[in-house]
Amino acid sequence: MTRTPAAPAPGAVQPASPLDPEAAISIRGLVKRYGDRNAVDGVDLDIQRGEIFALLGPNGAGKTTTVEVLEGYRARDGGEVRVLGVDPADGGRRWKAELGIVLQSGAGDSQLTCLELLRAQAAYYPEPRDPAEVLELVGLTEKAGSRGRTLSGGQRRRLDVALGIVGRPRLLFLDEPTTGFDPEARRQFWSLIRSLRDLGTTMLLTTHYLDEAEELADRVGVITRGRLVEVAVPSALGGRGQAPAVVSWTEDGVRRTAETAAPTAFVAELATRFPGEVPDLAVARPTLEDVYLRMIGDPA
Amino acid sequence: MTMIEERSLPSIGSVCRTRAGVELKEFFRQRESVVFTLMFPVILLLVFGAVLDYELGSGVSFTQYFMAGVIAAGILGASLQNMAIGIATERSDGTLKGLAGTPMPKSAYFVGKVVQVLVVTVAIVVILLVIGVVFYGVDLPSGTEWLTFAWVAALGSAASTLLGIAVSSLARNGRSASATVTPVALVLQFISGVFFQFSEVPTWLQTVAAVFPLKWMAQGLRSVFLPDALAAQEPAGSWELGRVALVLGIWCVVGLVLCVRTFRWQDRVDR
Repeated sequence: MTRTPAAPAPGAVQPASPLDPEAAISIRGLVKRYGDRNAVDGVDLDIQRGEIFALLGPNGAGKTTTVEVLEGYRARDGGEVRVLGVDPADGGRRWKAELGIVLQSGAGDSQLTCLELLRAQAAYYPEPRDPAEVLELVGLTEKAGSRGRTLSGGQRRRLDVALGIVGRPRLLFLDEPTTGFDPEARRQFWSLIRSLRDLGTTMLLTTHYLDEAEELADRVGVITRGRLVEVAVPSALGGRGQAPAVVSWTEDGVRRTAETAAPTAFVAELATRFPGEVPDLAVARPTLEDVYLRMIGDPA
Repeated sequence: MTMIEERSLPSIGSVCRTRAGVELKEFFRQRESVVFTLMFPVILLLVFGAVLDYELGSGVSFTQYFMAGVIAAGILGASLQNMAIGIATERSDGTLKGLAGTPMPKSAYFVGKVVQVLVVTVAIVVILLVIGVVFYGVDLPSGTEWLTFAWVAALGSAASTLLGIAVSSLARNGRSASATVTPVALVLQFISGVFFQFSEVPTWLQTVAAVFPLKWMAQGLRSVFLPDALAAQEPAGSWELGRVALVLGIWCVVGLVLCVRTFRWQDRVDR
Protein backbone atom coordinates (compact mmCIF):
# COMPACT_ATOMS: atom_id res chain seq x y z
CA MET A 1 0.00 0.00 0.00
CA THR A 2 1.32 3.39 -0.88
CA ARG A 3 -1.57 5.50 0.33
CA THR A 4 -0.43 7.75 3.08
CA PRO A 5 -1.37 6.30 6.45
CA ALA A 6 -1.95 9.56 8.29
CA ALA A 7 -5.25 11.30 7.61
CA PRO A 8 -4.56 14.80 6.31
CA ALA A 9 -5.79 17.70 8.42
CA PRO A 10 -9.11 19.11 7.21
CA GLY A 11 -8.53 21.46 4.35
CA ALA A 12 -4.89 20.46 4.07
CA VAL A 13 -3.45 20.97 0.62
CA GLN A 14 0.11 19.84 1.29
CA PRO A 15 0.89 16.22 0.46
CA ALA A 16 1.27 14.22 3.63
CA SER A 17 4.47 12.44 2.58
CA PRO A 18 7.21 13.71 0.32
CA LEU A 19 7.62 12.59 -3.28
CA ASP A 20 9.82 9.52 -3.67
CA PRO A 21 12.90 10.72 -5.59
CA GLU A 22 13.95 7.17 -6.49
CA ALA A 23 10.64 6.08 -7.97
CA ALA A 24 10.01 6.02 -11.72
CA ILE A 25 6.67 7.67 -11.02
CA SER A 26 5.73 9.50 -7.84
CA ILE A 27 2.31 11.08 -7.35
CA ARG A 28 0.95 12.98 -4.36
CA GLY A 29 -2.57 14.32 -4.09
CA LEU A 30 -3.18 14.45 -7.84
CA VAL A 31 -6.38 16.27 -8.75
CA LYS A 32 -7.78 16.85 -12.24
CA ARG A 33 -11.10 18.64 -12.66
CA TYR A 34 -13.45 18.63 -15.63
CA GLY A 35 -16.05 21.30 -14.94
CA ASP A 36 -17.08 20.84 -11.33
CA ARG A 37 -16.30 17.13 -11.31
CA ASN A 38 -13.02 15.74 -10.02
CA ALA A 39 -12.05 13.18 -12.65
CA VAL A 40 -8.98 12.41 -10.54
CA ASP A 41 -9.55 13.12 -6.88
CA GLY A 42 -6.44 12.95 -4.73
CA VAL A 43 -4.34 10.05 -6.01
CA ASP A 44 -1.10 9.09 -4.21
CA LEU A 45 1.12 6.48 -5.81
CA ASP A 46 4.74 5.44 -6.27
CA ILE A 47 5.82 3.13 -9.06
CA GLN A 48 9.33 1.76 -8.70
CA ARG A 49 11.84 1.37 -11.49
CA GLY A 50 11.59 -1.96 -13.26
CA GLU A 51 8.07 -2.49 -12.01
CA ILE A 52 5.02 -3.33 -14.09
CA PHE A 53 2.09 -1.55 -12.54
CA ALA A 54 -1.49 -2.08 -13.71
CA LEU A 55 -4.12 0.57 -13.16
CA LEU A 56 -7.46 -1.16 -13.10
CA GLY A 57 -10.86 0.47 -13.15
CA PRO A 58 -14.16 0.83 -14.97
CA ASN A 59 -14.61 3.26 -17.87
CA GLY A 60 -14.59 6.86 -16.70
CA ALA A 61 -12.84 6.00 -13.43
CA GLY A 62 -9.92 8.31 -14.18
CA LYS A 63 -7.34 5.86 -15.57
CA THR A 64 -6.64 7.65 -18.83
CA THR A 65 -6.79 11.08 -17.22
CA THR A 66 -4.19 10.04 -14.64
CA VAL A 67 -1.93 8.53 -17.28
CA GLU A 68 -2.24 11.54 -19.58
CA VAL A 69 -1.23 13.87 -16.75
CA LEU A 70 1.86 11.71 -16.25
CA GLU A 71 2.60 11.76 -19.97
CA GLY A 72 2.41 15.54 -20.04
CA TYR A 73 -0.74 15.74 -22.20
CA ARG A 74 -2.97 17.26 -19.56
CA ALA A 75 -2.31 19.90 -16.94
CA ARG A 76 -3.21 18.92 -13.40
CA ASP A 77 -5.34 21.03 -11.08
CA GLY A 78 -3.66 19.94 -7.87
CA GLY A 79 -0.99 17.77 -6.30
CA GLU A 80 2.60 16.95 -7.15
CA VAL A 81 3.84 14.60 -9.85
CA ARG A 82 7.31 13.39 -10.84
CA VAL A 83 7.95 11.12 -13.78
CA LEU A 84 11.58 9.97 -13.95
CA GLY A 85 12.28 12.78 -11.52
CA VAL A 86 10.76 15.46 -13.75
CA ASP A 87 7.49 17.36 -13.41
CA PRO A 88 5.60 16.43 -16.62
CA ALA A 89 4.43 20.05 -16.89
CA ASP A 90 8.08 21.01 -17.58
CA GLY A 91 9.09 17.87 -19.49
CA GLY A 92 11.33 18.71 -22.43
CA ARG A 93 12.73 16.70 -25.32
CA ARG A 94 15.27 14.87 -23.17
CA TRP A 95 12.55 13.75 -20.80
CA LYS A 96 10.31 12.62 -23.65
CA ALA A 97 13.23 10.65 -25.10
CA GLU A 98 13.04 8.40 -22.00
CA LEU A 99 9.33 7.68 -22.39
CA GLY A 100 7.33 5.41 -24.61
CA ILE A 101 3.65 6.21 -24.99
CA VAL A 102 0.97 3.93 -26.36
CA LEU A 103 -2.21 6.00 -26.39
CA GLN A 104 -5.64 4.54 -25.96
CA SER A 105 -6.68 5.97 -29.32
CA GLY A 106 -3.62 4.62 -31.12
CA ALA A 107 -1.83 6.21 -34.03
CA GLY A 108 -3.67 7.70 -36.97
CA ASP A 109 -4.01 6.55 -40.54
CA SER A 110 -0.84 6.75 -42.50
CA GLN A 111 0.29 6.12 -46.06
CA LEU A 112 3.63 4.90 -44.74
CA THR A 113 4.50 1.25 -44.33
CA CYS A 114 5.09 -0.23 -40.88
CA LEU A 115 8.84 -0.17 -41.38
CA GLU A 116 8.81 3.40 -42.69
CA LEU A 117 6.73 4.54 -39.72
CA LEU A 118 9.13 2.91 -37.29
CA ARG A 119 12.17 4.38 -39.04
CA ALA A 120 10.65 7.86 -38.88
CA GLN A 121 9.76 7.43 -35.22
CA ALA A 122 13.25 6.11 -34.44
CA ALA A 123 14.76 9.25 -35.97
CA TYR A 124 13.35 11.34 -33.10
CA TYR A 125 15.24 9.44 -30.38
CA PRO A 126 18.88 9.48 -29.25
CA GLU A 127 19.45 5.72 -29.06
CA PRO A 128 16.62 3.99 -30.87
CA ARG A 129 16.17 0.28 -31.27
CA ASP A 130 16.61 -1.20 -34.72
CA PRO A 131 13.20 -0.83 -36.42
CA ALA A 132 13.44 -4.27 -38.02
CA GLU A 133 14.17 -5.85 -34.65
CA VAL A 134 11.23 -4.06 -33.09
CA LEU A 135 8.95 -5.39 -35.84
CA GLU A 136 10.26 -8.85 -35.05
CA LEU A 137 9.61 -8.31 -31.35
CA VAL A 138 5.96 -7.42 -31.93
CA GLY A 139 5.52 -10.13 -34.55
CA LEU A 140 4.94 -7.85 -37.53
CA THR A 141 7.95 -8.79 -39.63
CA GLU A 142 5.76 -10.03 -42.47
CA LYS A 143 3.89 -6.72 -42.41
CA ALA A 144 7.04 -4.56 -42.69
CA GLY A 145 6.06 -3.39 -46.18
CA SER A 146 2.33 -3.04 -45.52
CA ARG A 147 0.58 0.25 -44.90
CA GLY A 148 -1.14 0.75 -41.57
CA ARG A 149 -4.65 0.69 -42.99
CA THR A 150 -4.23 -2.87 -44.26
CA LEU A 151 -3.53 -4.25 -40.77
CA SER A 152 -6.09 -5.99 -38.58
CA GLY A 153 -7.09 -4.40 -35.27
CA GLY A 154 -4.68 -6.53 -33.28
CA GLN A 155 -1.84 -5.89 -35.74
CA ARG A 156 -2.46 -2.15 -35.57
CA ARG A 157 -2.25 -2.23 -31.82
CA ARG A 158 1.02 -4.12 -32.02
CA LEU A 159 2.26 -1.44 -34.40
CA ASP A 160 1.26 1.16 -31.78
CA VAL A 161 3.34 -0.75 -29.23
CA ALA A 162 6.23 -0.97 -31.69
CA LEU A 163 6.10 2.82 -32.14
CA GLY A 164 6.07 3.17 -28.36
CA ILE A 165 9.18 1.06 -27.77
CA VAL A 166 11.36 1.89 -30.78
CA GLY A 167 12.87 4.84 -28.89
CA ARG A 168 14.20 2.44 -26.22
CA PRO A 169 12.11 3.96 -23.42
CA ARG A 170 12.93 3.41 -19.79
CA LEU A 171 9.30 4.00 -18.90
CA LEU A 172 6.50 2.73 -21.09
CA PHE A 173 2.87 3.84 -20.78
CA LEU A 174 0.31 1.44 -22.19
CA ASP A 175 -3.27 2.72 -22.14
CA GLU A 176 -5.63 -0.20 -22.67
CA PRO A 177 -3.23 -1.88 -25.05
CA THR A 178 -5.27 -5.01 -25.74
CA THR A 179 -8.82 -3.69 -26.08
CA GLY A 180 -10.35 -5.45 -29.05
CA PHE A 181 -7.83 -8.30 -29.13
CA ASP A 182 -8.89 -11.90 -29.50
CA PRO A 183 -7.58 -14.25 -26.78
CA GLU A 184 -4.74 -15.51 -28.97
CA ALA A 185 -3.56 -11.97 -29.78
CA ARG A 186 -3.78 -11.06 -26.10
CA ARG A 187 -1.52 -13.95 -25.11
CA GLN A 188 1.02 -12.96 -27.77
CA PHE A 189 0.89 -9.44 -26.44
CA TRP A 190 1.49 -10.62 -22.90
CA SER A 191 4.64 -12.44 -23.92
CA LEU A 192 5.80 -9.24 -25.65
CA ILE A 193 5.31 -7.32 -22.40
CA ARG A 194 7.27 -9.96 -20.48
CA SER A 195 10.17 -9.70 -22.88
CA LEU A 196 10.16 -5.93 -22.41
CA ARG A 197 10.19 -6.44 -18.65
CA ASP A 198 13.25 -8.63 -19.09
CA LEU A 199 14.89 -5.70 -20.88
CA GLY A 200 14.33 -3.62 -17.75
CA THR A 201 11.50 -1.41 -18.96
CA THR A 202 9.23 0.09 -16.31
CA MET A 203 5.60 -0.09 -17.37
CA LEU A 204 2.38 1.57 -16.37
CA LEU A 205 -0.50 -0.28 -17.92
CA THR A 206 -4.18 0.54 -17.77
CA THR A 207 -6.68 -2.16 -18.48
CA HIS A 208 -10.12 -3.35 -17.63
CA TYR A 209 -9.13 -6.95 -18.13
CA LEU A 210 -8.52 -8.52 -14.74
CA ASP A 211 -6.73 -11.55 -16.13
CA GLU A 212 -4.34 -9.20 -17.92
CA ALA A 213 -3.52 -7.32 -14.72
CA GLU A 214 -3.07 -10.58 -12.83
CA GLU A 215 -0.92 -12.07 -15.57
CA LEU A 216 1.42 -9.12 -16.11
CA ALA A 217 1.51 -6.77 -13.17
CA ASP A 218 3.80 -6.78 -10.16
CA ARG A 219 1.27 -4.57 -8.45
CA VAL A 220 -2.27 -3.52 -9.23
CA GLY A 221 -4.03 -0.30 -8.33
CA VAL A 222 -7.79 -0.13 -8.47
CA ILE A 223 -9.16 3.28 -9.37
CA THR A 224 -12.80 4.18 -9.21
CA ARG A 225 -14.48 7.61 -9.30
CA GLY A 226 -11.05 9.23 -9.49
CA ARG A 227 -9.78 7.63 -6.29
CA LEU A 228 -7.24 4.90 -5.87
CA VAL A 229 -9.10 2.53 -3.58
CA GLU A 230 -6.35 -0.03 -3.20
CA VAL A 231 -2.83 -0.88 -4.30
CA ALA A 232 -1.56 -4.43 -3.82
CA VAL A 233 0.10 -7.38 -5.47
CA PRO A 234 -2.57 -9.15 -7.54
CA SER A 235 -2.77 -12.17 -5.22
CA ALA A 236 -3.40 -10.00 -2.17
CA LEU A 237 -5.83 -7.51 -3.67
CA GLY A 238 -8.87 -6.89 -1.50
CA GLY A 239 -7.54 -9.19 1.21
CA ARG A 240 -7.78 -12.02 -1.28
CA GLY A 241 -4.82 -13.82 0.28
CA GLN A 242 -6.50 -13.99 3.68
CA ALA A 243 -10.03 -14.64 2.45
CA PRO A 244 -11.42 -18.02 3.44
CA ALA A 245 -10.94 -20.70 0.82
CA VAL A 246 -13.93 -22.57 -0.50
CA VAL A 247 -13.47 -26.35 -0.57
CA SER A 248 -15.96 -28.31 -2.61
CA TRP A 249 -16.38 -32.01 -3.25
CA THR A 250 -19.08 -34.61 -3.99
CA GLU A 251 -20.29 -36.88 -1.24
CA ASP A 252 -23.22 -39.33 -1.41
CA GLY A 253 -24.02 -37.93 -4.84
CA VAL A 254 -24.45 -34.38 -3.45
CA ARG A 255 -22.23 -31.37 -4.17
CA ARG A 256 -20.90 -30.03 -0.85
CA THR A 257 -18.95 -26.86 -0.08
CA ALA A 258 -17.22 -25.54 3.00
CA GLU A 259 -15.51 -22.25 3.78
CA THR A 260 -12.29 -22.58 5.73
CA ALA A 261 -9.31 -20.48 6.71
CA ALA A 262 -7.16 -23.65 6.78
CA PRO A 263 -7.88 -25.48 3.54
CA THR A 264 -4.83 -27.77 3.80
CA ALA A 265 -5.89 -29.21 7.14
CA PHE A 266 -9.47 -29.41 5.95
CA VAL A 267 -8.57 -31.37 2.84
CA ALA A 268 -6.29 -33.70 4.86
CA GLU A 269 -9.15 -34.42 7.20
CA LEU A 270 -11.51 -34.87 4.25
CA ALA A 271 -9.12 -37.36 2.66
CA THR A 272 -9.44 -39.71 5.64
CA ARG A 273 -13.19 -40.03 4.95
CA PHE A 274 -12.68 -41.45 1.48
CA PRO A 275 -10.82 -44.61 0.55
CA GLY A 276 -9.07 -43.02 -2.48
CA GLU A 277 -9.48 -39.70 -4.28
CA VAL A 278 -11.95 -37.21 -2.85
CA PRO A 279 -14.58 -37.02 -5.61
CA ASP A 280 -14.56 -33.74 -7.60
CA LEU A 281 -12.32 -32.01 -5.05
CA ALA A 282 -11.70 -28.31 -5.68
CA VAL A 283 -10.20 -25.55 -3.55
CA ALA A 284 -10.90 -21.99 -4.64
CA ARG A 285 -9.98 -18.51 -3.45
CA PRO A 286 -12.09 -15.53 -4.41
CA THR A 287 -11.06 -14.60 -7.93
CA LEU A 288 -9.57 -11.23 -8.70
CA GLU A 289 -12.84 -10.51 -10.45
CA ASP A 290 -14.88 -11.21 -7.30
CA VAL A 291 -12.65 -8.86 -5.33
CA TYR A 292 -12.60 -6.20 -8.02
CA LEU A 293 -16.34 -6.13 -8.57
CA ARG A 294 -16.85 -5.74 -4.84
CA MET A 295 -14.38 -2.82 -4.78
CA ILE A 296 -15.76 -0.85 -7.68
CA GLY A 297 -19.34 -1.53 -6.61
CA ASP A 298 -18.65 0.04 -3.24
CA PRO A 299 -20.36 3.43 -3.31
CA ALA A 300 -18.20 4.84 -0.49
CA MET B 1 17.31 15.29 -8.88
CA THR B 2 16.28 13.89 -12.20
CA MET B 3 16.98 10.52 -13.75
CA ILE B 4 17.39 11.83 -17.25
CA GLU B 5 20.56 10.65 -18.89
CA GLU B 6 22.65 13.03 -20.91
CA ARG B 7 22.16 11.36 -24.24
CA SER B 8 22.56 13.61 -27.22
CA LEU B 9 19.31 14.08 -29.11
CA PRO B 10 19.25 13.88 -32.88
CA SER B 11 19.91 17.24 -34.54
CA ILE B 12 16.94 19.33 -35.58
CA GLY B 13 18.22 19.21 -39.15
CA SER B 14 18.09 15.43 -39.31
CA VAL B 15 14.60 15.31 -37.78
CA CYS B 16 13.44 17.93 -40.29
CA ARG B 17 14.72 15.75 -43.12
CA THR B 18 12.83 12.79 -41.70
CA ARG B 19 9.64 14.84 -41.39
CA ALA B 20 10.00 16.18 -44.95
CA GLY B 21 10.27 12.60 -46.24
CA VAL B 22 7.21 11.55 -44.23
CA GLU B 23 5.15 14.49 -45.48
CA LEU B 24 6.03 13.90 -49.13
CA LYS B 25 5.16 10.20 -48.90
CA GLU B 26 1.92 10.99 -47.08
CA PHE B 27 0.90 13.41 -49.82
CA PHE B 28 1.94 11.63 -52.97
CA ARG B 29 0.72 8.20 -51.86
CA GLN B 30 -2.75 9.40 -51.06
CA ARG B 31 -4.87 9.30 -54.20
CA GLU B 32 -7.45 11.77 -52.86
CA SER B 33 -4.92 14.47 -52.09
CA VAL B 34 -3.10 14.04 -55.39
CA VAL B 35 -6.30 14.17 -57.43
CA PHE B 36 -7.86 16.96 -55.38
CA THR B 37 -4.83 19.21 -55.07
CA LEU B 38 -2.72 18.42 -58.12
CA MET B 39 -5.16 17.28 -60.78
CA PHE B 40 -8.04 19.67 -60.07
CA PRO B 41 -6.26 22.79 -61.36
CA VAL B 42 -4.93 20.79 -64.30
CA ILE B 43 -8.44 19.68 -65.25
CA LEU B 44 -9.69 23.25 -64.84
CA LEU B 45 -7.00 24.51 -67.18
CA LEU B 46 -7.73 21.83 -69.77
CA VAL B 47 -11.50 22.38 -69.67
CA PHE B 48 -11.51 26.18 -69.48
CA GLY B 49 -8.75 26.42 -72.05
CA ALA B 50 -10.75 24.30 -74.47
CA VAL B 51 -14.15 25.89 -73.84
CA LEU B 52 -13.36 29.57 -73.35
CA ASP B 53 -11.31 30.16 -76.43
CA TYR B 54 -11.81 33.89 -76.98
CA GLU B 55 -9.73 37.04 -77.09
CA LEU B 56 -9.66 39.64 -74.35
CA GLY B 57 -8.31 42.37 -76.60
CA SER B 58 -4.78 43.52 -77.37
CA GLY B 59 -4.35 40.07 -78.98
CA VAL B 60 -4.45 38.34 -75.58
CA SER B 61 -6.33 35.04 -75.31
CA PHE B 62 -8.50 34.16 -72.32
CA THR B 63 -6.18 31.23 -71.58
CA GLN B 64 -3.31 33.65 -71.11
CA TYR B 65 -5.48 35.43 -68.52
CA PHE B 66 -6.69 32.18 -66.98
CA MET B 67 -3.10 30.97 -66.56
CA ALA B 68 -2.52 33.52 -63.79
CA GLY B 69 -5.80 32.64 -62.10
CA VAL B 70 -5.43 28.89 -62.25
CA ILE B 71 -1.89 29.07 -60.87
CA ALA B 72 -3.15 31.22 -57.99
CA ALA B 73 -5.97 28.72 -57.38
CA GLY B 74 -3.45 25.85 -57.53
CA ILE B 75 -1.25 27.54 -54.95
CA LEU B 76 -4.28 28.10 -52.73
CA GLY B 77 -5.16 24.39 -53.00
CA ALA B 78 -1.63 23.24 -52.25
CA SER B 79 -1.38 25.47 -49.20
CA LEU B 80 -4.67 26.60 -47.63
CA GLN B 81 -6.87 23.62 -48.52
CA ASN B 82 -4.10 21.05 -48.18
CA MET B 83 -2.99 22.30 -44.75
CA ALA B 84 -6.48 22.87 -43.35
CA ILE B 85 -7.72 19.40 -44.32
CA GLY B 86 -4.46 17.53 -43.73
CA ILE B 87 -3.76 18.92 -40.27
CA ALA B 88 -7.39 18.67 -39.14
CA THR B 89 -7.27 14.98 -40.12
CA GLU B 90 -4.01 14.42 -38.29
CA ARG B 91 -5.39 16.13 -35.21
CA SER B 92 -8.62 14.15 -35.09
CA ASP B 93 -7.05 10.75 -35.79
CA GLY B 94 -4.40 11.10 -33.08
CA THR B 95 -1.32 11.51 -35.31
CA LEU B 96 -0.50 14.90 -33.81
CA LYS B 97 -1.01 13.68 -30.27
CA GLY B 98 1.31 10.78 -30.94
CA LEU B 99 4.01 13.11 -32.30
CA ALA B 100 3.63 15.45 -29.33
CA GLY B 101 4.54 12.55 -27.05
CA THR B 102 7.88 11.99 -28.80
CA PRO B 103 11.04 14.09 -28.49
CA MET B 104 10.52 15.36 -32.05
CA PRO B 105 11.17 19.13 -32.03
CA LYS B 106 7.79 20.70 -32.76
CA SER B 107 9.35 23.00 -35.34
CA ALA B 108 10.34 19.94 -37.39
CA TYR B 109 6.67 19.11 -37.92
CA PHE B 110 6.06 22.52 -39.47
CA VAL B 111 9.23 22.36 -41.54
CA GLY B 112 7.95 19.06 -42.95
CA LYS B 113 4.64 20.69 -43.85
CA VAL B 114 6.37 23.64 -45.51
CA VAL B 115 8.51 21.28 -47.60
CA GLN B 116 5.36 19.42 -48.63
CA VAL B 117 3.62 22.65 -49.66
CA LEU B 118 6.73 23.80 -51.51
CA VAL B 119 7.19 20.61 -53.51
CA VAL B 120 3.49 20.30 -54.33
CA THR B 121 3.32 23.97 -55.33
CA VAL B 122 6.33 23.73 -57.62
CA ALA B 123 4.86 20.55 -59.15
CA ILE B 124 1.51 22.25 -59.80
CA VAL B 125 3.09 25.37 -61.28
CA VAL B 126 5.36 23.40 -63.59
CA ILE B 127 2.57 21.10 -64.78
CA LEU B 128 0.24 24.04 -65.42
CA LEU B 129 2.91 25.99 -67.32
CA VAL B 130 3.79 23.00 -69.47
CA ILE B 131 0.14 22.34 -70.33
CA GLY B 132 -0.43 26.03 -71.02
CA VAL B 133 2.51 26.25 -73.38
CA VAL B 134 2.01 22.92 -75.13
CA PHE B 135 -1.77 22.94 -75.59
CA TYR B 136 -2.74 26.59 -75.58
CA GLY B 137 0.36 28.47 -76.73
CA VAL B 138 0.53 30.52 -73.53
CA ASP B 139 3.36 33.07 -73.53
CA LEU B 140 5.74 32.40 -70.65
CA PRO B 141 6.98 35.29 -68.49
CA SER B 142 10.39 36.66 -69.35
CA GLY B 143 13.24 38.45 -67.57
CA THR B 144 12.28 40.18 -64.33
CA GLU B 145 8.73 38.89 -64.69
CA TRP B 146 10.02 35.59 -63.30
CA LEU B 147 11.20 37.46 -60.23
CA THR B 148 7.73 38.95 -59.73
CA PHE B 149 6.28 35.47 -60.32
CA ALA B 150 8.55 34.03 -57.63
CA TRP B 151 7.82 36.56 -54.90
CA VAL B 152 4.09 36.69 -55.52
CA ALA B 153 3.90 32.89 -55.47
CA ALA B 154 6.12 32.62 -52.38
CA LEU B 155 4.34 35.31 -50.41
CA GLY B 156 0.90 34.05 -51.43
CA SER B 157 1.86 30.51 -50.59
CA ALA B 158 3.24 31.50 -47.19
CA ALA B 159 0.11 33.48 -46.30
CA SER B 160 -2.18 30.66 -47.44
CA THR B 161 -0.14 27.98 -45.64
CA LEU B 162 -0.27 29.87 -42.36
CA LEU B 163 -3.99 30.51 -42.81
CA GLY B 164 -4.54 26.83 -43.60
CA ILE B 165 -2.75 25.77 -40.43
CA ALA B 166 -4.85 28.24 -38.44
CA VAL B 167 -8.11 27.13 -40.07
CA SER B 168 -7.34 23.48 -39.28
CA SER B 169 -7.88 24.25 -35.60
CA LEU B 170 -11.47 25.31 -36.25
CA ALA B 171 -12.50 21.99 -37.77
CA ARG B 172 -13.60 18.92 -35.89
CA ASN B 173 -11.88 16.55 -38.33
CA GLY B 174 -10.56 16.33 -41.88
CA ARG B 175 -13.98 15.81 -43.39
CA SER B 176 -15.48 18.85 -41.70
CA ALA B 177 -12.41 20.88 -42.66
CA SER B 178 -12.92 19.86 -46.26
CA ALA B 179 -16.63 20.71 -46.10
CA THR B 180 -15.80 24.16 -44.73
CA VAL B 181 -12.74 25.11 -46.73
CA THR B 182 -13.65 23.75 -50.16
CA PRO B 183 -16.78 25.90 -50.70
CA VAL B 184 -15.01 28.95 -49.29
CA ALA B 185 -12.10 28.43 -51.68
CA LEU B 186 -14.50 27.96 -54.58
CA VAL B 187 -16.39 31.16 -53.80
CA LEU B 188 -13.10 33.03 -53.44
CA GLN B 189 -12.01 31.70 -56.82
CA PHE B 190 -15.21 33.00 -58.43
CA ILE B 191 -15.02 36.47 -56.93
CA SER B 192 -11.23 36.88 -57.19
CA GLY B 193 -10.97 36.81 -60.95
CA VAL B 194 -9.78 33.24 -61.41
CA PHE B 195 -12.44 31.92 -63.77
CA PHE B 196 -13.32 35.18 -65.50
CA GLN B 197 -12.05 38.71 -65.58
CA PHE B 198 -12.01 40.46 -62.24
CA SER B 199 -13.49 43.59 -63.85
CA GLU B 200 -16.67 41.59 -64.56
CA VAL B 201 -17.16 40.87 -60.85
CA PRO B 202 -19.71 43.23 -59.24
CA THR B 203 -17.99 46.01 -57.33
CA TRP B 204 -19.24 44.97 -53.90
CA LEU B 205 -17.93 41.44 -54.48
CA GLN B 206 -14.63 42.90 -55.65
CA THR B 207 -14.46 44.63 -52.28
CA VAL B 208 -15.13 41.35 -50.48
CA ALA B 209 -12.51 39.55 -52.58
CA ALA B 210 -9.96 42.28 -51.85
CA VAL B 211 -9.99 41.32 -48.17
CA PHE B 212 -8.58 37.85 -48.95
CA PRO B 213 -5.19 36.83 -50.32
CA LEU B 214 -6.36 34.99 -53.45
CA LYS B 215 -7.42 38.16 -55.29
CA TRP B 216 -4.00 39.71 -54.71
CA MET B 217 -2.14 36.57 -55.67
CA ALA B 218 -4.09 36.36 -58.94
CA GLN B 219 -3.57 40.07 -59.63
CA GLY B 220 0.16 39.81 -58.99
CA LEU B 221 0.39 36.84 -61.31
CA ARG B 222 -1.63 38.65 -64.01
CA SER B 223 1.08 41.31 -64.03
CA VAL B 224 3.44 38.50 -65.03
CA PHE B 225 1.32 36.83 -67.71
CA LEU B 226 -0.47 39.78 -69.29
CA PRO B 227 0.88 42.74 -71.25
CA ASP B 228 0.94 46.00 -69.35
CA ALA B 229 -1.73 47.38 -71.67
CA LEU B 230 -4.26 45.18 -69.83
CA ALA B 231 -3.37 46.76 -66.47
CA ALA B 232 -5.93 49.40 -67.43
CA GLN B 233 -8.67 46.79 -66.91
CA GLU B 234 -7.71 46.30 -63.27
CA PRO B 235 -9.87 48.15 -60.71
CA ALA B 236 -7.03 50.55 -59.89
CA GLY B 237 -5.92 50.85 -63.49
CA SER B 238 -2.57 49.33 -62.58
CA TRP B 239 -1.13 46.05 -61.25
CA GLU B 240 -0.64 47.58 -57.76
CA LEU B 241 2.33 45.30 -57.01
CA GLY B 242 3.15 47.27 -53.87
CA ARG B 243 -0.31 46.67 -52.51
CA VAL B 244 -0.11 42.99 -53.52
CA ALA B 245 3.02 42.66 -51.37
CA LEU B 246 1.45 44.63 -48.53
CA VAL B 247 -1.82 42.65 -48.33
CA LEU B 248 -0.12 39.26 -48.69
CA GLY B 249 2.44 40.33 -46.07
CA ILE B 250 -0.32 41.36 -43.66
CA TRP B 251 -2.00 37.98 -44.17
CA CYS B 252 1.31 36.26 -43.35
CA VAL B 253 1.47 38.12 -40.05
CA VAL B 254 -2.22 37.53 -39.26
CA GLY B 255 -1.90 33.86 -40.19
CA LEU B 256 1.20 33.43 -38.06
CA VAL B 257 -0.44 35.05 -35.04
CA LEU B 258 -3.54 32.86 -35.47
CA CYS B 259 -1.36 29.73 -35.79
CA VAL B 260 0.61 30.49 -32.67
CA ARG B 261 -2.52 31.27 -30.69
CA THR B 262 -4.75 28.45 -31.87
CA PHE B 263 -2.55 25.47 -32.76
CA ARG B 264 -3.40 22.37 -30.73
CA TRP B 265 -1.61 19.01 -30.71
CA GLN B 266 -4.69 17.13 -29.59
CA ASP B 267 -8.44 17.29 -29.79
CA ARG B 268 -10.09 19.44 -27.19
CA VAL B 269 -10.53 17.64 -23.90
CA ASP B 270 -14.11 18.50 -23.10
CA ARG B 271 -15.26 15.87 -20.70
